[in-house]
Amino acid sequence: MEHYDADIVILGAGGAGLRAAIAATQSAPEMRIALVSKVYPMRSHTVAAEGGSAGVIRANDSLDNHFNDTVEGGDWLCEQDVVDYFVSHCTREMIQLEHWGCPWSRQADGNVNVRKFGGMKVERTWFAADRSGFHILHTLFQTSTQFPHIKRFDEHFCVDLLVEDGRVQGAVVLSMSTGEFTAIRARAVVIATGGAGRVFRQNTNGGIVTGDGMALAYRHGVPLRDMEFVQYHPTCLPGTGILITEGCRGEGALLVNKDNYRYLQDYGLGPVTPEPRNKFMELGPRDRLSQAFWHEERKGRTVTTPQGEAVLLDLRHLGRAKLKERLPLICDLAKEFAGIDAATTAIPVRPAVHYTMGGILVDIHTATPLPGLFAAGECSSVGIHGANRLGSNSLAELLVFGRVAGEHAVAFARQAPAANADEQARAIEAKALALLQQRGGGEHHAMLRAEMGASMEKGCGIYRLGEEMQQTCNTIASLKQRYAALTLEDHSRVWNTDWITAIELGFQLDVAEAMAHSALARTESRGAHQRLDSFDKRDDVNFLTHSLAHHQDGAPRISTMPVRITRSPPGQRAYGALGEQLEASRKEAAHA
Amino acid sequence: MPEMTAPKTIELRVLRYCPSRDSAPAFGSFQVPYTDDMSVLQALQQIKATLDGSLAFRWSCRMAVCGSCGMMINGEPRLACNTFLRDLAPDAVTIEPLQNFPIERDLVVTVGDFVKKIESIYPYVMPKAPKTIEQGTYLQTPAEMEAYASFADCINCMLCYAACPQFGANPDFIGPGAMALLQRYSSDSRDGGQQARLDRIRGEDGVWSCTAVGICSEVCPKQVDPANAVNQNKSKSALDFFLSRLRKETVS
Repeated sequence: MEHYDADIVILGAGGAGLRAAIAATQSAPEMRIALVSKVYPMRSHTVAAEGGSAGVIRANDSLDNHFNDTVEGGDWLCEQDVVDYFVSHCTREMIQLEHWGCPWSRQADGNVNVRKFGGMKVERTWFAADRSGFHILHTLFQTSTQFPHIKRFDEHFCVDLLVEDGRVQGAVVLSMSTGEFTAIRARAVVIATGGAGRVFRQNTNGGIVTGDGMALAYRHGVPLRDMEFVQYHPTCLPGTGILITEGCRGEGALLVNKDNYRYLQDYGLGPVTPEPRNKFMELGPRDRLSQAFWHEERKGRTVTTPQGEAVLLDLRHLGRAKLKERLPLICDLAKEFAGIDAATTAIPVRPAVHYTMGGILVDIHTATPLPGLFAAGECSSVGIHGANRLGSNSLAELLVFGRVAGEHAVAFARQAPAANADEQARAIEAKALALLQQRGGGEHHAMLRAEMGASMEKGCGIYRLGEEMQQTCNTIASLKQRYAALTLEDHSRVWNTDWITAIELGFQLDVAEAMAHSALARTESRGAHQRLDSFDKRDDVNFLTHSLAHHQDGAPRISTMPVRITRSPPGQRAYGALGEQLEASRKEAAHA
Repeated sequence: MPEMTAPKTIELRVLRYCPSRDSAPAFGSFQVPYTDDMSVLQALQQIKATLDGSLAFRWSCRMAVCGSCGMMINGEPRLACNTFLRDLAPDAVTIEPLQNFPIERDLVVTVGDFVKKIESIYPYVMPKAPKTIEQGTYLQTPAEMEAYASFADCINCMLCYAACPQFGANPDFIGPGAMALLQRYSSDSRDGGQQARLDRIRGEDGVWSCTAVGICSEVCPKQVDPANAVNQNKSKSALDFFLSRLRKETVS
């Protein structure tokens, strides 16, 4: 086993990990930063984000607007002090990225352009055509190469954290190329490993989005918060789940059912205007739009495609020139993956799992309860998304809290003693090697993975029933037992992806179990967690609380913690005409 | 009622190599059931899930933006995720690792040298006129963006390197992808690092190694046109050479 001495180790080199690494090395140029990623950084899933990133910039916008949209969008389950910090730091991160070269789309005068997005009152989504995540990721990666003290461990897979004397002291990583292990000793660790959408069958996520960091923190006693809140993105290609950005609707695309009817007007999002207005119709929030699809499907008003039921996303009226400028990737995806020319034919779309609102419990400084351990980005729950994330808040989150994590990891590392957990590192290596050598009659993990995905989709989908969630909890428990006996087909060391994906499945099962049990325990409906049984209403008396899933032998223990409400008391959450009316009366009350 | 038809199958011939087991790469053959909407990547995933769990290949996004799944498909460098079996059937499909790169295992090639090349050309803005955050963004007109926009679309999939005969003959050649990235930053109105980058590519492994075949642009899945980047830098490099002589003679 190799050893490497770092000051800080960052797990994951997507948007949050790279931003953390740059912030760390800028605030402590003498420190050695180990940046670990199971892929080359530019492959990280940030690459697939399309629509853009929020930051107040328009004269008619305000931080209060962004705050209110976010808190209301999250159905009042947001940490309001964290949201305040967030909205007041988004724009400077967008400017910082601009200085680093991010090709934000421009207005004719050379100023940065912003587009409309779902649930946002005023245009504030900075975009780079429809490849916003791609350009953010490449800009961050390329910028990071100028800092000599960022030591990258590309294509290294983190097997476990080193935790000794009540604090985290590094990580054990496996080189995918050689199959050899390295113990990276560090005074502080940042987890920035992204979400866990692949635990569901139909999803927009890349194959690497397997919840590794969530599971690692969870197994070391850090609670996972609000895991029941899983976002279905309303417009994805049926079958593959390939994402068709909300930016389409920001640019004016319409959603119609098989009768060419803009069905969202039947679900409290109207009235209809020729081009969707902010917070109306197609520019409503993702949870509401995905739920509307569910109802349309049951009413038999969807279109049948070979890959399943769909509604139609109509971009035709935007014209070829605008599509080429604003949505070139969408046009390519429609053509390549659906055989459709978006300028002449509407695109069949349906909801697919997209984002995990919950994650590793952290405070406003991205610190977990485990000393020395920080987390940022989709893997974390810093508290800005609540029960439903607004589109374009997650890219901004990577930057705002990636920077915070880098800086706070530096501050922690400055006062922490040197790491020493070599014995534990050898034990971790031995355990991983034992899985590699596992032979005999067990099943192959591909089957278990497929059963997990189907069960999560059935029990923890757009609408949920207590009985079905319980069934999913049972299924995951039995899959975990079968997992313990699984057999690998490949026992070699070089590029053994059979081994790596088996370890990932272990992570996924833990995360899936936390999701299903958190969902079952929330006997109300809020945001993306909607029940069809007797708990179909929001219940602020009993459930204006976060859920916490605690790892233990057997099923997780679920507890709660209060939500920090500083200045926006919970109100009725509404969009369309009612939303407008409620906002007017809130404003009146404030002035009274 | 439509007649039940037997599911279609297709043969995939995949080049296999496991260093601890094989002395040399050899083809393995798999029969895969397929539907018309199935990509080569999905076929490989099906092989891995049901026929042979030891098959090694890289993939992630499935939507032609992460750049992981480049491989030779019927002799052409392609992304597996956006190459569809319906366009290749009914004949057997041959799948090999990206040409011109060392094979680590099966379809996995060594990427590290390519990434080092990217890192070597100062792939970041060296600001012409530094600004603080408080001073806000730079102005950049759509026309100024146009000058570098296509080069910024490179997904680092390395298909152009697999197609480039010059890179095949000389692995130290800086190559089309890195040249496109160089051009991306050097033609950005915010950047002042042109000279530093030109100095990097002047040597024998730099821009002059290109023999102007142009196939790099043909195989690019994102219309980045690296051949254009190489050509622009050849003229800049030539001009720079003469200018540097001129300066020298003036000084002496």
